[in-house]
Amino acid sequence: MRALDVKGFIGLEEAIELIRSEFEGRPDELIPMLQRVQNAIGYLPEEALLEIARATRLPAARIFGVVTFYAQFRLRPVGKYIIRVCRGTACHVSGSALILQDIQNHLQVAPGQTTKDGLFTLETVACFGSCALAPVVVVNDSVYGLMDSLKTRKLIEEIREKHGAIVARAGVEKGDRNGLRIFEG
Amino acid sequence: MDYASLKARAKECWKELEEFPEPLVQIGMGTCGKAAGAERVLATIEQTLKGINPLGRIMHVGCIGLCYLEPLMAIRKGGEPFIYYGNLTPEKTEKILSDYLLYDDPIPKWAVCTLGNGHAQGNGAIDGVPQFHELPMIRPQVRIALRNCGLIDPENIDHYIARGGYSGLQKALNMEPDAVIQEIKASGLRGRGGAGFPTGMKWEFARKAPGSIKYVVCNADEGDPGAFMDRSLLESDPHAVLEGMLICAYAIGAREGYVYARAEYPLAIRRLRVAMKQMEENGLLGKHVMGSDFSFHIKIKEGAGAFVCGEETALIASIEGNRGMPRSRPPFPANSGLWGKPTNINNVETLGNVSAILERGAKWYTGYGTEKSKGTKTFSLAGKIARTGLIEVPMGIHLREIIDDIGGGVPRGKEFKGVQTGGPSGGCIPSSLKDLPVDYESLAQAGSIMGSGGMVVMDNDTCMVDMARYFLTFTQSESCGKCMPCRLGTKQMLDIIEDVCAGHGKPEDIELLRGLSETVQKGSLCGLGQTAPNPVQTTLRYFGKEYEAHTIDKKCAAGVCKALFHYAIVADKCTGCMVCARKCPVNAITGEKKKPHIINQDDCTKCGTCYHACKFGAIAIC
Repeated sequence: MRALDVKGFIGLEEAIELIRSEFEGRPDELIPMLQRVQNAIGYLPEEALLEIARATRLPAARIFGVVTFYAQFRLRPVGKYIIRVCRGTACHVSGSALILQDIQNHLQVAPGQTTKDGLFTLETVACFGSCALAPVVVVNDSVYGLMDSLKTRKLIEEIREKHGAIVARAGVEKGDRNGLRIFEG
Repeated sequence: MDYASLKARAKECWKELEEFPEPLVQIGMGTCGKAAGAERVLATIEQTLKGINPLGRIMHVGCIGLCYLEPLMAIRKGGEPFIYYGNLTPEKTEKILSDYLLYDDPIPKWAVCTLGNGHAQGNGAIDGVPQFHELPMIRPQVRIALRNCGLIDPENIDHYIARGGYSGLQKALNMEPDAVIQEIKASGLRGRGGAGFPTGMKWEFARKAPGSIKYVVCNADEGDPGAFMDRSLLESDPHAVLEGMLICAYAIGAREGYVYARAEYPLAIRRLRVAMKQMEENGLLGKHVMGSDFSFHIKIKEGAGAFVCGEETALIASIEGNRGMPRSRPPFPANSGLWGKPTNINNVETLGNVSAILERGAKWYTGYGTEKSKGTKTFSLAGKIARTGLIEVPMGIHLREIIDDIGGGVPRGKEFKGVQTGGPSGGCIPSSLKDLPVDYESLAQAGSIMGSGGMVVMDNDTCMVDMARYFLTFTQSESCGKCMPCRLGTKQMLDIIEDVCAGHGKPEDIELLRGLSETVQKGSLCGLGQTAPNPVQTTLRYFGKEYEAHTIDKKCAAGVCKALFHYAIVADKCTGCMVCARKCPVNAITGEKKKPHIINQDDCTKCGTCYHACKFGAIAIC
């Protein structure tokens, strides 16, 4: 398996500071602002949306409208590892529906949900554009090609194991979302 | 810096690379390469090469199109040609490097092809290894948009310039803008995003539109599932696209431009940013491009995951920071686009062709293609095909050549059933139309569309009703909800098809589906809804029997619709090897060694693991 690719997130106050310092507040900056916050925190909390509303002088309802329109935006926190199953055409004919079903059974979550231990979030993506290696599963930013149900289960278990080891070594409590920044080379 | 000095510097850089006497290893580091494990291979190359020859050099390149061989590397040493090796693992890589570099054994049985003549000894042939251009996958291809992909370092502007880059822009800047538009018109270039509108005409509309502020937008929102040409082009040769944008901006009189790229393509976006920075440093972007009066600025906008944003007016709404919903046209974006100003929107591949056309002339370009579809088209060949890849073929090529010659046919002895072109807006073309020429008109006549270039091959394990259901699920969830025919029509169509797949379908459902298709097609506001019924209509037209089997016989012969089949073990063929029993994730298979096994139908989830695991064809779909 490749090196673990763990997302480190910052706190809400810092994210709000980002909105103030990096943007002018023009309406066309709305989507980039949302993307910036989600990248930094992992999702879009209500406070951040209200801050963006203040910064852009747009009604909060309009911001909510934009957030719910685009598939990329999330209103709930995510797990440390976002497992995205590609549902593109090539992946579909190569059996990605079976992989998705198997992960759902295995992790007991539906697409869009996070496991109880806060480790995995399951998502689907319309197409990653890595069709030549279908079916494709992406964990955070690492792309895994030519997958099947068994390989995907193995991948998930390896991540769980490695993560456990890293947490033990770093002495960081589980669930400490804001503090954990792990990059293993 | 003027163009002549840029060119001189670039040539120097390229010459240094060509004459580099020490080992040079190229590795494909596109998204596909990385997904296949290129990063681990790269680490091995770095380590091994350091031990063998510390003067050796590693060069990251983009996608050469042989996706089925990823991870892929090419090695060149001391004036020999490049030798390509594919399907690399760290172990294999280490052995190739040491055997070839230390003991001069290129391991011909592992080599894929050679490229280039080498500059020391003659023709550079290696016994038993074909040359790149002689590969069955490459021979029928003509690379115009993909001219540099996989051959240059996409993050080195000198490589692009050395291979003729920005000479098209330089030529354009010395022409009248109207003459540039005439050149594009003469080339016969049509929009590569799918609809095929003549590019030159589109530019002319934008040029003639009144107003001093105009915009150019590069549509890199490659939303079609099953398509990756634009991603590969942006990752492998971003300058080709950006140069096309500059030429367009000069021609229509724009000073500002946007690239609207999918957020799912982080590497493409990074490559664009690097390329733009280099352009600025070299006076190719910003004020007074190449010392002329023409100034141009580009901003990158990341999409946020909405298929409908590939539609021009929805894309504009999205750049402006709104929900990406289309509006009715006219006014067309050429007159009233971004912030109400005249706006020209072109697809990535279209712009990649523009730079080549200006560089080599419209006459050269019209030498390829058919009467009405000039030039070439890129396709991403994927699905049930032996050689998946990124290809570029002259328009008018027969489907058969793409499937059999380039793609190497359907693997594992399965039967070719059809090919899906144009994504959710396109259709499924059956095997009986294998001799169809691939151009805008012929594909439309067959009920499909050219589309942006996704080509997904299907074999007899693919259920065509399920395919229609798949695409409808997609279009239905991507429907923005603005107009009623699309919002409700696709939902109704999907409900009917889901019933059919679940075994609740009635024969009269098919007529209903036909009627609804027509309504959605005719009544929808934008291209998404107007083309959403295409997959249903083409499968009904060419694979009507499967719909009948699903509704009347309640059978899914492909073994996809779970309610309509079950797996059973053919006792005569079962050798009792236990492989299926071991692999079954729910332990639904029982039996003793060397005796036929049995599938317990109550426990079976029909996941297909046993069906694919059995080497004796002893698992049947009933």
